[in-house]
Amino acid sequence: MKDSPGLHFKTYVLIFLMVLFAPVGNILLSKGMKQIGSAKDWAPADMLPILAKILASPYIWLGIACLLAFFVAYMLVLTWADYSYVQPASAFSYAVVAFLSYFLLGEVVPPLRWAGIAVICLGVLVVGRTPPRTTERI
Amino acid sequence: MREFFFLFMVIVAGTGGELCVTRAMKVVGEVHDFRPAALVRFVFRAMRVGWMWIGIGMMTLAFFSLLAMLSIENVSLVVPLTALSYAAGATGALLFLHERISPQRWLGVLIVCVGVTLVWLSRR
Repeated sequence: MKDSPGLHFKTYVLIFLMVLFAPVGNILLSKGMKQIGSAKDWAPADMLPILAKILASPYIWLGIACLLAFFVAYMLVLTWADYSYVQPASAFSYAVVAFLSYFLLGEVVPPLRWAGIAVICLGVLVVGRTPPRTTERI
Repeated sequence: MREFFFLFMVIVAGTGGELCVTRAMKVVGEVHDFRPAALVRFVFRAMRVGWMWIGIGMMTLAFFSLLAMLSIENVSLVVPLTALSYAAGATGALLFLHERISPQRWLGVLIVCVGVTLVWLSRR
């Protein structure tokens, strides 16, 4: 199939939804896990109470809901676009997650980390200038 | 040490799971009808493909490893670190999905990996 404006448009819309839902989901998961806390020695006996807390956390469930929305958008776009295109193109979510962690969770984001995320986004731009599909359906 | 283990699981199981899901999606075919009923039928069709279940199992393992990482480190560090899966993903797409990956895409993946290294160096 040839590339067309319609193919590019629906690809960009679904990648936008991926870039929105994945960071929000990760922020919610982080909030939930910071409330629950880390296991002391990661022994199997310590894991059950933590698993129970995970299953009882509304932040975790909201995070899972956001990641499921991300997953649906991801599944749809993969039916026509290459995996090696979609995966890098969705990396803008790294910048979004850093902004959200700074503003919503109050995390300290060092300048070197911002620089690293900017370089990741540069890599995304390089990948984004390649066509969505380079192979025929299998 | 435990951070390395969980990061390894997030990357390997996550990338493996995504490759399996991609393979399943290519079997199901391209979506043309975006009405809700058609999308539900599409999901049920996808669930009948074995690769989908293998992929979901691996992604579940990666998910719980991610939760463990998030209980230890900040999300602004953990999530960019998972971009290490780009190198694994591109290699897997080449070998497992037989996608042609242009030199420009490889260059992009390489730049992403440099960014991940900088993010890792920002860890206190």
